[in-house]
Amino acid sequence: MSAKVILDIQNVSRQFGGIRAVDNVSLTFREGEIVGLIGPNGAGKTTLVNLISGFLPVSGGRITYDGRDITGLKPHLIARSGVARTFQIVQPFARMTVLENVMSGSIFAGGHGLAEARRIAHECLAFTQLTSFAESPASELALANRKRLELAKSLAMQPKILMLDEVNAGLNSSEIQDAMRMIKAIAARGITIIVIEHLMRVVATLAERVVVLHHGSVLRDGETNEVFQDPKVVEAYLGAKFASRFAASAAQA
Amino acid sequence: MSLEPSSRACLIGLALFAAAAMLAFRLDNYELQVGTSVAMLCALCLAWNIVGGYMGYPSLATAAFFGIGCYADAIAQSQGLPIGVAWVCAAVAGAVAALALGLPLLRLKGHYFAIGTIAALEVLREVSNNWEWLTGGAVGLNLPMQAGDPDSVGRFFYLAMLGLALLAFLTTYAIDRTRFGFGLRCIRQNEQAAAMVGIDVFKYKTAAFVCSGALCSFAGGIYASMVAFIEPKDAFSLITTIEIPVMVMLGGLGTLLGPLIGGVFYVILKEFVWANFINLHSGILGLLIVAVIYFLPAGVMGIRPKKLGSLWRRLTSQRLRTSP
Amino acid sequence: MVGQYIVNGIMMGGLYACLAVGFSLVWGVLNVINMLHGSMVILGAYACLFGVQRLGLPIYVVAPLACGALFVFGYAVQRGLINRVVSQPILITLTLTFGLELIVNNLILHYFTATPRSLGINLGTVELLGMRIPVARIVGMLIAAMLTLLLYWLLRHSKVGRAIVAVRMDRHAAALMGIRIPQIYALTFGIGAFMAGAAGVAMALIYPVTPMMSGVFLGKAFVICVLGGLGSVPGAIIGGLVLGIVEGMGTLALGPQWATSVGFLLMMAVIILLPSGLAGKKGYE
Repeated sequence: MSAKVILDIQNVSRQFGGIRAVDNVSLTFREGEIVGLIGPNGAGKTTLVNLISGFLPVSGGRITYDGRDITGLKPHLIARSGVARTFQIVQPFARMTVLENVMSGSIFAGGHGLAEARRIAHECLAFTQLTSFAESPASELALANRKRLELAKSLAMQPKILMLDEVNAGLNSSEIQDAMRMIKAIAARGITIIVIEHLMRVVATLAERVVVLHHGSVLRDGETNEVFQDPKVVEAYLGAKFASRFAASAAQA
Repeated sequence: MSLEPSSRACLIGLALFAAAAMLAFRLDNYELQVGTSVAMLCALCLAWNIVGGYMGYPSLATAAFFGIGCYADAIAQSQGLPIGVAWVCAAVAGAVAALALGLPLLRLKGHYFAIGTIAALEVLREVSNNWEWLTGGAVGLNLPMQAGDPDSVGRFFYLAMLGLALLAFLTTYAIDRTRFGFGLRCIRQNEQAAAMVGIDVFKYKTAAFVCSGALCSFAGGIYASMVAFIEPKDAFSLITTIEIPVMVMLGGLGTLLGPLIGGVFYVILKEFVWANFINLHSGILGLLIVAVIYFLPAGVMGIRPKKLGSLWRRLTSQRLRTSP
Repeated sequence: MVGQYIVNGIMMGGLYACLAVGFSLVWGVLNVINMLHGSMVILGAYACLFGVQRLGLPIYVVAPLACGALFVFGYAVQRGLINRVVSQPILITLTLTFGLELIVNNLILHYFTATPRSLGINLGTVELLGMRIPVARIVGMLIAAMLTLLLYWLLRHSKVGRAIVAVRMDRHAAALMGIRIPQIYALTFGIGAFMAGAAGVAMALIYPVTPMMSGVFLGKAFVICVLGGLGSVPGAIIGGLVLGIVEGMGTLALGPQWATSVGFLLMMAVIILLPSGLAGKKGYE
């Protein structure tokens, strides 16, 4: 892995009152890699995404993206510079059509005119298999399609980093298969992907690298196989049952 | 976003404006007065619609900017500036006031924004009531009368107000067609998601508020010159500030033609229906408001012939729009 | 001199709390800004005036009846009219109640004219801290303050009160607990109207009241509610006291004509700097 570092987080912290939701976290992400961000509820995963995307100001530390210090930058500027994210609870523009939703990404983050934005949006809809819904209001989509819409909207922003906050939660297994295929295809375009995920088999299939957060700090950061077999991680998060199952399937493969 | 309907709406609007301008030489003095008031209300409705309709912020500051325009115009003319320059002063004063008020108020949402804007209106009225050397206090201020026969003066103000309404209409059309309007509609639905796709939410909100404020003040400036006398309760009227959103709702919120239709419809009602009930004036206005909210939630623009049947069911149904 | 204004401010505070508590409760629980509130105060005052002056009944009979009538009025208005749009955007509920305000106020004006009227009950005066204060004024303020405290007690200790508080905190959770939301909304609105009516009666004891004052009362309710924080009785009391004192101080420093502006400016400052009010408690999201 010698790709260039795209995102560099140095000693980043965030406090809420007396609670350190993110505590002195340092991580680097390289171009085109898929990194799983896992950890128990309340470990600070979403907070970390909020800090990177500028939705929350950091209490301390430095975030460098593509060689530029983006600490303290407003969210819309970070978004325009190529950092896209989805929300755990999907946030479409409910009264706009699916197409308009996706266009919003390419108009504002991509900086395109309306006509070009529409062309890009159609591409993104085709990629996420939403073309047939282009003219329906976003509020009419079922959950799986709303998650895809989030993905399409983020893609239309033409990002270099895409942070996916639980895009698979609430989906059935065939929907998850589709989503995983799409995520892999996005990564193949050279986009760095950070996935927050509770489904370990998804993380195991997608990510070559996993970061485990626990009580706001990095418990472990390394290759997926190694991390999943690390006793510390097993004890803090995965549980013995998963570890033995994972070891068995790894031995088979 | 379908651009075709908005272009069609623009053409319809322009045709209406052209017809109204041609009428200027056929109307008698009373009709010109009514026409001027229609044009003024349409301009105010269009201005409010930018913030209240497209951006979805329930602004009750319309009369605040209108009043600022009235006083800016009066003060500028009392300094000997010609009427046209005084109007520009009014618009600039409105823009500056909107910027100054918007910086704190646009951080508020929902009820708090509505109340903040009402409070601004109340404070401005009190200030104009009490700051006597500048505003003449509760006694009011006289402005120079326009020279000429009543008909040509009436026509002058009619055309001026119509011109302003056209300006507001074209501004709205431009907003509707561009990324600015697109961004405002995103903000109306979800500010967080809007920031996520790269919209500079605060800048957009401030720009819309300033644009709307300047148009309202411009209208105030023309109005003050026309009536040649202003006082605080007329310039900063609570009724106006709430009437305007009602008119826009009557026509159709966040649409290009809605404010025009609402304004025209409202003045017709006002002049020809309840002019006969002076004592019950505000009560009938109240009934109208209640009726609009219950029966025309999408405004006149939202009426579809096939929906008239369901309108009747709405009228009679108990559980009217109690969505969860 | 300053002491007098503070004492006066505290006394007004009790009345103001009563004036605003219903408005605050409705806002906090229903998430509706009740523009009709000012006219409900007037309605209370005029119902009382009507009973005392036209029907010749004693005030201690008429006053509770007037407040009771207001409760019924409020309950009916909520159940029949406002409940239909209660979940609509702010602009809708706000304009609807403003429309109702125009209707009610116009009707009062039509039947009673704009002449200021007072109950004109003279109970003599007492000397307090070097000021001569009419007893009727003290009685009015005490009744207002006591009713407000009684409401506080009811919200904390009665079953309905707990249900109202539960709906204020989380209406979905409250619905899951088996609380009938429309019922609670209507009761809250009724209680709000009752308190407005009581404030109206107390006002009529102290000052001449005219239908034209509905806007003034509404404005005060706004300010108090924002100062103290939404939907809570202690908030209304704090807001009422602060407004009473600030208006007194404003009058002293700038003259009476600026008193209202000082209140509104304070309110704008609080909205912008401390959106949850001086009491710092979050009422309702």
